Amino acid sequence: MKAKVYVTLKPSVLDPQGKAIQHSVEQLGFGGIEDIRQGKYFEIALDESVSDGDARAAAERMAREVLSNPVIEDFRVEVER
Amino acid sequence: MKFGVIIFPGSNCDHDAYHVISKHVGQPVSFVWHKETDLSAYDAVILPGGFSYGDYLRAGALARFSPVMRSVKEFAARGGLVLGICNGFQILCEAGLLPGALMRNRDLHFRCEHVRVRVESVDTPFTNELSRGDLLSLPIAHAEGNYTCDDATLAEMQREDRIIFRYCDAAGDVTDESNPNGSRDSVAGVCNRARNVMGFAAISPRKCLSVAARASERSRPPLPNS
Amino acid sequence: MELITPEQVAAHNLTPQEYERIKSLMGREPTLVELGVFSVMWSEHCSYKSSRTHLKRLPTRNARVVVPPGENAGVVDVGDGWCAAFKVESHNHPSFIEPFQGAATGVGGILRDIFTMGARPVASMNSLRFGSLDHRKHGARNRSLVHGVVAGIAHYGNAFGVATVGGEVAFDDAYALNPLVNAFALGLVRRDQIFFGRASGVGNPVLYVGAKTGRDGIHGATMASAEFDEEALEKRPTVQVGDPFLEKLLLEACLEAMRSGAVAGIQDMGAAGLTSSSCEMAARAGTGVELDLTLVPQRETAMTAYEIMLSESQERMLIVAHKGQERQVVDIFKNWDLDAVVIGRVTDTSRVQLVCHEGTVADIPVGYLTDEAPLYERPMRAPKRRDAGEASEDKDVAVGGGIDIVSPAPPTAPVFDDDEQRTQTSDDGRRTTDNGLRDHADSLRLLLASPNVASKEWAYRQYDHMVRTNTAVLPGADAAVVRIKETRRALAMCLDGNGRYCAADPREGAKLVVAEAARNVVCVGARPLAVTNCLNFASPERPEVMWAFSEVIDGMAEACLAFDTPVISGNVSFYNETEGRGILPTPVIGMVGLIEEVSRIVQPGFKAEGDTVVLLGETRDDLSISEYAATVEGRTTDEMIARGRVPALSLELEKRVQEACLRLAAEGLLRSAHDCSDGGLAVAVAESCFSTLNRPSVGVDLALCSGTLPVATYLFAESPSRIVVSFDPEAGDRVHEIAEELNCPVTLLGTVGGERLAVKVNGAEEIDAGVNELEQVWRGSLSSRLRAEASAASSAD
Repeated sequence: MKAKVYVTLKPSVLDPQGKAIQHSVEQLGFGGIEDIRQGKYFEIALDESVSDGDARAAAERMAREVLSNPVIEDFRVEVER
Repeated sequence: MKFGVIIFPGSNCDHDAYHVISKHVGQPVSFVWHKETDLSAYDAVILPGGFSYGDYLRAGALARFSPVMRSVKEFAARGGLVLGICNGFQILCEAGLLPGALMRNRDLHFRCEHVRVRVESVDTPFTNELSRGDLLSLPIAHAEGNYTCDDATLAEMQREDRIIFRYCDAAGDVTDESNPNGSRDSVAGVCNRARNVMGFAAISPRKCLSVAARASERSRPPLPNS
Repeated sequence: MELITPEQVAAHNLTPQEYERIKSLMGREPTLVELGVFSVMWSEHCSYKSSRTHLKRLPTRNARVVVPPGENAGVVDVGDGWCAAFKVESHNHPSFIEPFQGAATGVGGILRDIFTMGARPVASMNSLRFGSLDHRKHGARNRSLVHGVVAGIAHYGNAFGVATVGGEVAFDDAYALNPLVNAFALGLVRRDQIFFGRASGVGNPVLYVGAKTGRDGIHGATMASAEFDEEALEKRPTVQVGDPFLEKLLLEACLEAMRSGAVAGIQDMGAAGLTSSSCEMAARAGTGVELDLTLVPQRETAMTAYEIMLSESQERMLIVAHKGQERQVVDIFKNWDLDAVVIGRVTDTSRVQLVCHEGTVADIPVGYLTDEAPLYERPMRAPKRRDAGEASEDKDVAVGGGIDIVSPAPPTAPVFDDDEQRTQTSDDGRRTTDNGLRDHADSLRLLLASPNVASKEWAYRQYDHMVRTNTAVLPGADAAVVRIKETRRALAMCLDGNGRYCAADPREGAKLVVAEAARNVVCVGARPLAVTNCLNFASPERPEVMWAFSEVIDGMAEACLAFDTPVISGNVSFYNETEGRGILPTPVIGMVGLIEEVSRIVQPGFKAEGDTVVLLGETRDDLSISEYAATVEGRTTDEMIARGRVPALSLELEKRVQEACLRLAAEGLLRSAHDCSDGGLAVAVAESCFSTLNRPSVGVDLALCSGTLPVATYLFAESPSRIVVSFDPEAGDRVHEIAEELNCPVTLLGTVGGERLAVKVNGAEEIDAGVNELEQVWRGSLSSRLRAEASAASSAD
C-alpha cells in the first residue's frame, strides 16, 4: 500500500521558485495562468498488513514532523491500496 | 571556557570553527560527532556551516534528528551557549530552538559574497562587546538564507530586542537592495527568548566566534551538571 | 556462448577491425560481458588510442614532480612537506545532454580523482565555453545551458564543501551545439601520504565502497567517444545523477581509511565504472583481480553482470586493503553510514576474472585491455589557408581549426540587439576603426559589456568560493590564490584557453595559451610550477583535426619546456562535434603556481591615489583576432580565423616580463598587477580601476604614445607578454632598475587618481569616462543578458 504526501508552501508565503516557473511557462506561450505554486511530493510504500487508518496516521505524523516545516508549509496525505 | 564543534555528516565549516577557536580565540575546543549525546564537558557548542545531510528535504531539516540534537536542546535549556552559523542557524530553526524558518533565497541562487550587517542588539553574550549600530563586513554563502516568520513572531522579536543583526548598505541603512536574500525585515541573526541561543546567517566564524568566546568568557553562565 | 552480431559490435562503438583483433587476441569469440569490457577499455576516453602517440611528446617531469601522468591525478611538491595533486577533466558531452547533472557529476568525478591520491580537495575551478547568448537561433538554448551548468557546478561543489575559486567562461558560436565543461580540482597531501591506484599484494581483498550500483550511465565512456546528433538527446537516461552529500561522506571515510594504514591501493570508479577501475588497478600493479559480481551492492533489482560492470553510478570507489585489515576499512565506512563490501581479491594471474550467478562471465588477460589496446597513427593534413578575399563566400572554407563543415557557421548576431548602441554599430559597417566614426570610449563600453570580457560575478557568486577560509585571492582576478594552512605558502591557479588562436594557428595558439596561463599566476605573485591540460577537439578521424591536435601538442611542449612547467595530468576529449560541425581546437591549460610567502600575494586592482601605472612588455599590431575585432568590428569567428593573424609570441620576452613581475612582487614593490589580454590595454586598465572588496572604484589618468600604431590598435590589441602594474612612485627607481637588469620593456602609462578613466593618446583625449559608469556596464552585462531565463534549471536542486 502507498501513502502519498503533498507538501506545499502556505498560501501566505512567497514562492520565488513558483514565480520563476510561471515566468518560463508563460515564455513558452501558455496564457491565462494566474499563479503557479510548487511543492514536494512523497511516495511512501507501506506494508500491506497495515490498516488504512494506521497508514494515514503514520503518514500524517511523518509529514508533520519531518517532511514539512510547519512554519512555512502545509501538507496533505492520501492513502491508496 | 570549553567549546564543542558539532560535526554533522555534510558539515564543512567545522574545521574553520575549530581553527578560529583554537588559534584566534585561544580556548580549548573539541569536535563532537553527531552521534554523541554527552555535552556535559562543554560550556558552549557551535553548530557550524555546511550542508548537513546534503540539505536534502530542507536545509537543516534532517540534521535536527541527529542524536546530538536532543542533547543540544537540553544543553540550551540549562543555559549553555549555543551558536548556529549559516547551516547551523537553519538547524536551530528546524529544531525549534529559534523561531522562524530559512527559505530559498529570493533570486533562487546560491549567493557567496561579502555583505554588510548592522549590529541591532548587544544584549546577548555573543554581541555584548560590540556596539549597537556597528557595521560588520562578512561573507555569506547560502542558498536558503531567506529568513521568514509570521507577523506575531516578528512583532514579538522586535519587542523583545531579539533581532541581533540586519543586512544593511555601506552607510548602515537597511534597504531592500542591501538585503541579499529577501529575509523578512532584513534579518541576519536572531536569538531565543533566554538569549543564550543565537543563529547567524553569515559564515564568518572568525568575527562572530571571537566575539562570542570573549564575551562568554566574562559572563560565564552557570552550568549545572558540568 | 552467445554469438556477437555485427550490430552489437557497432553498438559498442568498436570497428569491425577492432572486433577481429579482440577475437584473435582471445582466440575465441568474447562473451557479451567481455565485449562490454573491451568496448570501454578500448574507447577513446579510456585508451587514448588516437592521442597517445602525440601525448608522449609533452614534458612531464622535473625535480618537483612527484607523480607524473598515469595516476588519477598528477602530484607536485610545493614545499614544507606538502604536495599538490591536481587535474582537469572534461564533461562536455554529458553537460550538453543534461547541463545540471552533467556539470555536477563532472565536478564530482574530478574531486574523486583528487582524494583518491590521498589529498583533501581545497579548490576547484572550471573552464566553460558556450555559444553566444544573443544568438538568433540558439540564444535561448545557450542561455539555458549556462544556467544549468553553473547551477550544477554550484550544487555539487557547494554541498561537497570545496571552494570553487575561479576559472573562465567564454562564448563563441563554435560551441553552440558543443559546450565545453572542463572541471579542475586541486588537493593537498603530505608528501609521505600519497596513495596510488594499484591492486598490489597478491591475496589482498578488493573492497567496493560508496554508493550502490544502478543502471545509470551505462555506456557513458563510449558516448563520450562518439559524435553527437540530435538523437543523442534521446540518450538522456544514461546521464548519471550526482550525490554531493554522499561524496562528502566518501571523502571523509576514504581519508580516514587511508590514515588507518589499512589501504594498499585505491581508485575512483569514474567513466566505465567497475571495469576501468579494476582493470587499471591490476594493470598498474602487474597483478590480476578476481571479482564476484553478486557481492556488488545494487540499487536496482535483476541487474546483469554486463550492467554491473558497465554502470557509471557515481560516488563509488574500489579499495585494495591489506590482507587481514579489511574489517578496519569496513568499520570506518560504517561509521559514515557507507557501504564497504569485499567483492574479490588480488591474484597473480594477470587476468581480470569475473564471476556472477551464471558462473564465469569474463576472463581476460589485463594486458589485452591496456597494452594491447589499439594505438592509432591517425592521418593528418594541414588545412589550406584560404585567401582572405574569398573566405566568406566559400562554402567549403576550412574553419574551426580546419574542420570541413557541411554548412557555413551562422554569423554572429550583433552583440547589442536591442540597445541604443546598435545605431552606432550596425550601419557603419565593419571597417570602422580609426576613421573617426566611432569613439574609443564607446568601443571600450562595448568591450566591457561583451560576455567574454564582462565580469563573471553572476556565475562565481553562485559558487561557495570561501568555504574552509583559505581563499586569499577571490574569483575575478587573473588567478585565484589558496593558502596552505599552517605554512607561509599559497598556491595560485588559473584555467586558460583560446579557441580562436588555436584554430588560426594551432602551434602558436597553444604556446600563447600556456604563456597566458603562466602570466596569470605571475600576476598574483606566483611562480609557475606545473600544468594540467584538457584537450578539447572535434573528431580525430578527420585529418585536419588530428593535424591541429599534433601541432597543439608541439606548441604546448615547447612553451611548457620554456617555463619549466611539466604537464602532470590531463584529459583528451575528442568528438566534440554535432551535426558535422566541430568545435575550435580548444586546449585548456590549468596552471598552478607557488607563492612562498603569503604576504607577497599581489591583489588585483589599483590601490592608492598617486600610484604610478606602467606597462611591462610591448604592444604590437595584434588586433586581427581579438575581442575588438569580434565585438566592435563585428567580425565572425570564421572571418577572424580565415583572415586574421595570431600574435607573434617570443617565449624569451615572455619569460623576461614574467620574471620582472615576479621580482617586483618578491621585493614587495607591486601595488597591483593585471594581465593585459582580452580587450587589450584599455580593458586591463579599466578593470584595475573597478571597485574591489576593500576599496571603492578609483580613476586613472593615462598619457600614452601609440608610436606607429593606430590608436585603436594601441588601446585594444591583444599582444601577449604584457602586464599592467602599479606601484608607489617612490619605488619608481627600483622598478626601472629591475626592469633594466632583466631587459624587460617598461612604458609609463600614467597615475592612479580621481573618478574618471582619462586617456590621452599622442596628446589627444581619446577616452574620458566615469569609472562608476564603466563598472556598471562591466559588472551588470552578464546578469542582464541571462536574467531573461530565471529558468527551471537554476532551481533544479
